Amino acid sequence: MSGASLPDATRGVSRRGLLGLAGAGLAGLGLGVAGDRATIAATGGTGTASASSYPFYAGHQAGIVTPAQDRLHFASFDLTPGTSRAELIELLRDWTLAAAAMTAGRDIGEFGAVDGPYGAPPEDTGEAQGLDPAGLTITFGFGPTLFETADGTDRFGLAAQRPAELVHLPHFPGDMLKEGQSGGDLCIQACANDPQVAVHAVRNLSRIAFGRAAIRWSQLGFGRTSSTSTSQATPRNLFGFKDGTANIKAEEPAAVNDQVWVQPGDGPAWLAGGSYLVTRRIRMTIETWDRTILREQEAIIGRSKGEGAPLSGGSEFTEPDFTKTGEDAAPLIDRAAHVRLAHPTRNGGHRLLRRGYNFVDGNDELGRLDAGLFFISFQRSPEQFSAVQLSLARNDALNEYTRHVGSALFAVPPGAREGAYIGQALFT
Amino acid sequence: MRARLALPTAACSAVLLALTGCVANGGGTDATHASLTVDSSATECAVSAAEAPAGTVRFRVTNSGDKVTEFYLLADDGLKIVGEAENIGPGLSRDLVVELEPGKYFTACKPGMTGDGVGKAAFTVTESGAAGEIDADLAARIDTANSGYAAYVRDVVAELATGTDAFAAAYVAGDDDLARSLYAPTRAHWERVETIAESFGDLDPKLDLREADLEEGQEWTGWHAIEKDLWRAEAEAGFQAYDAGKRAHLAGLLVADTQTLKGKVADLSFTLSQQTNGAIGLLEEVASGKVTGEEEFWSHTDLWDFQANVDGAKVLYAGVRDILVEKDPKLARQLDTEFGALQALLDEHRVDDGFALYTELSGADIRALADQVNALGEPLNRLTATLVIS
Repeated sequence: MSGASLPDATRGVSRRGLLGLAGAGLAGLGLGVAGDRATIAATGGTGTASASSYPFYAGHQAGIVTPAQDRLHFASFDLTPGTSRAELIELLRDWTLAAAAMTAGRDIGEFGAVDGPYGAPPEDTGEAQGLDPAGLTITFGFGPTLFETADGTDRFGLAAQRPAELVHLPHFPGDMLKEGQSGGDLCIQACANDPQVAVHAVRNLSRIAFGRAAIRWSQLGFGRTSSTSTSQATPRNLFGFKDGTANIKAEEPAAVNDQVWVQPGDGPAWLAGGSYLVTRRIRMTIETWDRTILREQEAIIGRSKGEGAPLSGGSEFTEPDFTKTGEDAAPLIDRAAHVRLAHPTRNGGHRLLRRGYNFVDGNDELGRLDAGLFFISFQRSPEQFSAVQLSLARNDALNEYTRHVGSALFAVPPGAREGAYIGQALFT
Repeated sequence: MRARLALPTAACSAVLLALTGCVANGGGTDATHASLTVDSSATECAVSAAEAPAGTVRFRVTNSGDKVTEFYLLADDGLKIVGEAENIGPGLSRDLVVELEPGKYFTACKPGMTGDGVGKAAFTVTESGAAGEIDADLAARIDTANSGYAAYVRDVVAELATGTDAFAAAYVAGDDDLARSLYAPTRAHWERVETIAESFGDLDPKLDLREADLEEGQEWTGWHAIEKDLWRAEAEAGFQAYDAGKRAHLAGLLVADTQTLKGKVADLSFTLSQQTNGAIGLLEEVASGKVTGEEEFWSHTDLWDFQANVDGAKVLYAGVRDILVEKDPKLARQLDTEFGALQALLDEHRVDDGFALYTELSGADIRALADQVNALGEPLNRLTATLVIS
């Protein structure tokens, strides 16, 4: 044998020579919740809960119960007209390999960003060189139109596999949805603790898709608005309030199984172990909000702005008491308060795993910040979201300061095992 | 020739496809390859191994000397260049990636880029079952492609010169309707060979500069200066129509500069990489100027230019397609498909002998065209590296 060195089993080109500690240590661990929880444990529960890498191949897709990273790049894609079923499968295969490389902190392709032929464009776009994996997770989803277009065309022979619940969300009172910021055949949620790493992921996956799928809309998020682990501090949304206090946390495996993961028997077998992903682009009229007196701000939310405690008393994690009254026998938590209307006891016990991000996309023509919340939730059934959103859309005092301008629903397949591609059970 | 630059798609021979799930488009195609280092110093050309298994081989050449250096991989005659990495500055590294068949080769470095080089050493590629079969006799076909393209350029520029004469005459005579009707069809000849015209330094700005590209104080001449005058209803308020003297001046320059171009292309010849890069360049023209509607700011005849750029790229591709089919049939199939899809989209906008105006296209029409330009651009940009040994 010659002295030429052949790369080892770890494919792709490492950006920093070493894999992230947690990722390397977890390579052989079990699947799903166990894997994600082990990842959290591996970071020692220091409060930041940001492992440097999460394994892509797992029983459930990462980026759901994974401790919410600080940055988001979300992209919705439409399949290009004429794309065949075989080409769709090839795209998912290509995306899977690239996602596995990038989440491990490696360049995509055989040669990566700078080591390829001098006369060809580099395979990897290169802006993530020298950066660690930054906790990158890449989560893929399938929209209703992948299975059947609006006019009933079954482009990929998937209509029979379509879950009954994977239909367009109902119209909610006050919806001002824009077609170009809603829907899509496929989606990619890239979350990381470094914005450049998240953007690099979506940019390269988009490039891989050229000719097969093209971006329909995309959204950058600069700050997480919920925590998905008890090890994380509760962040704030652009209203200045803590958001996601009562979120489903990775440390509640029973709730995660009951409320987040699609269970065998819920619908088509290919989706068992997956979830449903809802996105809502919620524009906030923050200039008006900022002129609202503090008493009213707190009354609208139903929590104190500083501590985040329910107005019925206690501290942030005290359960709100909706029956408690003050002067004039008026409830301490207003009847139209956000926390009351969103509470599971008001919504048939339905809970959501929220994973939204703050966004500011420049400003509008009136000089107002184009700002708001890019809401993301994962749930076992879209009905959970619809129940909560209907309750909010009808009565929520917050509606005066928000406009829902984008909406999408995706079925999130379970994770892929190494050697398989994401969503493979749908096609076989 | 028994070697070629390898790319992921190129490396996706049937064998690799089966072994590694190697796929198109570069995404996550992580087949393995042999990797060697070369240390090019003032006196040595130290390769980390004297042999490698057949298939894709990467030489990472580091210049540890203080002169600009080159690294050569030579065929068993010690003369024919199989692959080279050129212009490596002191302290820099560059990769040479080649696909090699079993056989005897030589490696050598040339610090200072003159003389016989240093450190010439035998290099052996062993059997591995990985390498594809590359046909010899490429030189003749490359020659054919070259001469075919040179003739095409001459023909197109001759038609451009003839058309320009008629257009200029109508413009000077004040027959604006005729001039407007000749504008887009005549410019199509220019756009077919735009990358060639652009290679002649100052001719391109004289003939094809857009108003937005002008420098302070620069005289604006060429097609677009006349375009604005012919479509003055589209110009900004207060735009003064040109007088007869300015018309004659601009028309005269247009004709004269086009004649100069005709003279310059009379005895051109093209290397293979000039041809493949020409096709890539023409599609980049489409992506940056035509699909955005920026090229024909007043006449809005961007789709004529779009079609002409694509026609030029198709001619270049057709010239090398036979060679590509042997080297990388999958890439050839992909390019056939994507060229066909782009043409089908353009055909949807045909009106009589020409096209719809850019301003008549819907947002969805433009988006579909842009998506297809991306779809063609990614595989097309791999053409040079797949065909040409650098």
